[in-house]
Amino acid sequence: MSKSLKFAAVALLACALCAPALAQQKADAKSGPRYHIGRAPTADEIRGWDIDVRPDGQGLPEGKGTVAQGEKLFMDNCSSCHGEFGEGNGRWPVLAGGKGSLTSDNPVKTVGSYWPYASTVFDYVRHAMPYGNAESFSVDEYYALVAYVLYLNDVVTDQNFELTNKNLATIKMPNEQGFVMDDRATSEKSFWQKDPCMKDCIAPVKITARAAVIDVTPEDGKDGKPRGVE
Amino acid sequence: MSKIDSPRQSRRSFLAAGAGVAASVLAKPALAGGGNPANQPPNVPEWTKALGEGVAVRPYGKPSKFEKDVIRRDVEWLTASRESSVSFTPLHELEGIITPNGLCFERHHGGIAEIDPADHRLMIHGLVERPLILNLEELKRYPRVNRIHFMECAANSGMEWRGAQLNGCQFTHGMIHCVQYTGVSLRTLLEEAGVKTTGKWLLVEGADAAAMDRSLPIEKALDDCIIAYKMNGEALYPEQGYPMRLVVPGWQGNLWVKWLRRIKVGDQPWHTREETSKYTDLLPSGKARRFTWSMDAKSVITSPSPQAPIKHGKGFTIISGLAWSGNGKVKRVDVSLDGGRNWWPTRLDGPVLDKALTRFYYEFDWNGEPLLLQSRVQDETGYVQPSKAELRKIRGVNSIYHNNGIQTWHVQANGEVENVEVA
Repeated sequence: MSKSLKFAAVALLACALCAPALAQQKADAKSGPRYHIGRAPTADEIRGWDIDVRPDGQGLPEGKGTVAQGEKLFMDNCSSCHGEFGEGNGRWPVLAGGKGSLTSDNPVKTVGSYWPYASTVFDYVRHAMPYGNAESFSVDEYYALVAYVLYLNDVVTDQNFELTNKNLATIKMPNEQGFVMDDRATSEKSFWQKDPCMKDCIAPVKITARAAVIDVTPEDGKDGKPRGVE
Repeated sequence: MSKIDSPRQSRRSFLAAGAGVAASVLAKPALAGGGNPANQPPNVPEWTKALGEGVAVRPYGKPSKFEKDVIRRDVEWLTASRESSVSFTPLHELEGIITPNGLCFERHHGGIAEIDPADHRLMIHGLVERPLILNLEELKRYPRVNRIHFMECAANSGMEWRGAQLNGCQFTHGMIHCVQYTGVSLRTLLEEAGVKTTGKWLLVEGADAAAMDRSLPIEKALDDCIIAYKMNGEALYPEQGYPMRLVVPGWQGNLWVKWLRRIKVGDQPWHTREETSKYTDLLPSGKARRFTWSMDAKSVITSPSPQAPIKHGKGFTIISGLAWSGNGKVKRVDVSLDGGRNWWPTRLDGPVLDKALTRFYYEFDWNGEPLLLQSRVQDETGYVQPSKAELRKIRGVNSIYHNNGIQTWHVQANGEVENVEVA
């Protein structure tokens, strides 16, 4: 697939900037065992930990779940932090909304407004949710939950939609094309200079903003004890 | 935390406690150090007469009780919970380039995993000839490397994108530390497992309650990454990933997976949550940069700074600071006393290492007039640390990450220091 080749090429390009040595280095780790320390994992050991999922669907476990099933799970296990509609409570993450906000003064990055691939939702939720009780749901429950989060974001619109390992990779996310590779080497080329200016570089300056005006710096408490210390 | 004072008042009381009000021109020398005159010459204090504690009464040493304020701190309003949050290194209290283990900033996504090393395993699988599973003792049998590297969170200084916000370099720049790691070159383990020619990317994953996963290109993995199990000579601290973590020199801290449990070799990146919804840099166009791994050159004056005011009044004054680059060595650091109009070269002191913190000093005779202090680093690639205005011109104010703009501290005539912006 040429896409992966492109990624590798771009990665090489990006790395050429970080470490010139990389470009000459043979990307080759085939030399074979020299130390014979450690052992081969069993198929069972790998199965238990091999929980990652890729945009092309590689790694998706066999299973299925509907939006309606996901709604119930979400209300019972997720809405206390994320809100019943994914609007987020307090500082907990907002999961839905934010459409068209990425160019505004206050971008709201949600699964629908920002996340490029549906697989990421599955991978993340299965890795880390519910918060504090990770990896506690069945595979089918994870499919149902992801289906409901996609529904909250209007990515799927039918309550009876069933998300499965067969169809997850076919789902197109609204912001898939919203990303570009790291281009600092070209877009910020002006930051590379031969000799930085030393004398009369700019006109005399004035203070334009002060942190004390905002006054959000943490202070030690009344007892003189700083926060966060046992 | 109860707010009882405005920052100005409390800084003032801190100054008063420390040294008498700094603005007062030369208080009596006897009082200059504060303390209890009964313990000072010509008197002989108690500790000069009576025996102190013996050896091994303190089997693991700690700093003096008089250093109790030199601690990691957090910013309560930043995050929803402490288990997925950050604490900051007190840079203003430290010198040299090595961060003590107990002061290295923390960033967790599911709290600190307390792992019995007997139960920890590292699995390497995917596109390899020979999948491998190792415990800590086995990892330690592989050849060792020792490397000093900084580790900076890509969100360091992120709160400053929209203007001066937090009064203290602990909070503006404290998501960084620099320690000596001991571990095994990742290349060694990848060669042991035998990466197939189709293997272009690694998924690296932690064993904590977030099981955080990231994609790492094979070129970097084979270049200088380390699986570390020691920091500054002793076992990693639990909050730094005990018993083992990934070290990705010069690249954003989020890739340095702690409690490392799994490395999977694949032929494409995974686009995990951390590298899509987070750690992508939103530009004014609405497009976001992805895979912005390397940390650009950056510097900051650590003292004087808002938490480290000048207490001695005018006279010989030391400016101390840190500079670093994810793209190599620091070449030079200049400081400005007038908000970036004129610059003076500083003295780099101590080791200048690849992708490590570098200490700089500028010593001068302060006449007591207000200053607008800035530092500016140039690294060996020729990259010069930009001003915040130059960064905003390209990136806007919503990219959260990679804010390496020049920091301005306003030193007032009384020695107090404030985080400001100038134009």
